[in-house]
Amino acid sequence: MRMAAEPLDVIRNRIEEVDVAEARDEIAAGDAVLIDTREPHEWEEAHLEGATLVPPAEVTERIGEVIPDRSQRVLLYCATGNRSARAADAMQSELGYENVANIAGGIETWQELGLPVVAPEGMTREQRIRYSRHTLLPEVGVEGQLKLLNSKVLLVGAGGLGSPAALYLAAAGVGTLGLVDDDEVDASNLQRQVIHSTDRVGTPKTESARITIEGLNPDVDVIEHRTRLDSSNVIEVLRDYDVIVDGADNFPTRYLLNDASVRLRKPVVSASILGFEGQISTFAPFEGPCYRCLYPVPPPAELAPSCGAAGVLGVMAGVMGLLQANEVIKLVVGIGEPLIGRLLIYDSLGTRFTELKVRRDPECPICGPDAEEIPESELGKFPDYEAFCAGTAVG
Amino acid sequence: MPTVKIPPVLRAETGGEAEVDVSGENVGDVLRALVATHPGTEHQLFASDGALNRYVNVYLNDEDVRVLDGLDTRVSGADTVVILPAMAGGA
Repeated sequence: MRMAAEPLDVIRNRIEEVDVAEARDEIAAGDAVLIDTREPHEWEEAHLEGATLVPPAEVTERIGEVIPDRSQRVLLYCATGNRSARAADAMQSELGYENVANIAGGIETWQELGLPVVAPEGMTREQRIRYSRHTLLPEVGVEGQLKLLNSKVLLVGAGGLGSPAALYLAAAGVGTLGLVDDDEVDASNLQRQVIHSTDRVGTPKTESARITIEGLNPDVDVIEHRTRLDSSNVIEVLRDYDVIVDGADNFPTRYLLNDASVRLRKPVVSASILGFEGQISTFAPFEGPCYRCLYPVPPPAELAPSCGAAGVLGVMAGVMGLLQANEVIKLVVGIGEPLIGRLLIYDSLGTRFTELKVRRDPECPICGPDAEEIPESELGKFPDYEAFCAGTAVG
Repeated sequence: MPTVKIPPVLRAETGGEAEVDVSGENVGDVLRALVATHPGTEHQLFASDGALNRYVNVYLNDEDVRVLDGLDTRVSGADTVVILPAMAGGA
């Protein structure tokens, strides 16, 4: 316990310290074992070549395995030289190492002097710090983070589902986030549309969302599509994106989005919420079913109330929107099992998830084997178009 | 007795019940027994010719009855029949 209680200047007086230039020469000569006494996420951002990571809490336990020879010359460093001073003291005073020195100033001084470090390529120092909790995951790593940074995701609807999805996708470092919405922030949205704020009531939703995203993560390029998707613009809007997040508040947009995304072969992560329930599935064209395979025709208006008309628990938007964000990240990074061919229902009152199988419909007019190419003006339409035109248009 | 899961849009017709236990040998029987208990569900489930409305999906446990035997799909007491309507709410 002496280690934690004693002031650093007392400790510094009884250990050897070397400055960065001396350390560099010793390391170059090759006689010293170099130990990094920081946390794994700091190591991931940048470390000295040839160093071994032994986090501070593990020094007394593990150092004997790493350096069995007590007479070995050892150089220790951390960020600024404080944690490594304590570690050097413990090794010397408690564990019997005879030739230990602390590198004063740590890796921060090392880098200030422009000396080389081992750091992930393709990311800036700020990005290595920002995304370190991602890159620490073997499933993501630097490679996965670079995929996220290079990805382009389109959010259809900057409302209930779009808000949490946009926040977390932005935080995750999705490089380009497109936002489609032609609405303005209303005070009644704020119960669930957490990307907006009270002082932005009356502001276009895409603009309000852009302000929040830019404050959260300057890496994200936000593209505002302040419009309503229709058959004349949908192909143009979708064309440049890798993944589409469907958080639309009406059936016409959902069918339109489906037909266009099948045409462009782009995956759609689709969710909907009502009351205390939500549904989510991923539609990957020709790999799994499409939205029309699952729902060949929309229900009549009286069976399809909007959230505005029927109410929705605000948290439902968060839960389902984040499940969408999670699916997007899996698709972009290429990990896990996507929700293709599966529909997940979340019942928040019972806290129950139900999973249903969704199969490709061999008679699907859009993705079935006999589907005929339809003109762009027909995207999103039905033989009985009038029936779904009665569907709700405002959520 | 099989359990029928009632989606939010139909709960006004079941007195707010999210699950209803009804007897029946097959999916059609079960749904017709539901309609007998809660008549308000009929026009939402069935077309005038007695067929299921195309916009309503019915699952036996996790499988769409369309890939089984439709309304003739046999049901046992431990089964769950899920009524799944499309929902469009996103905002």
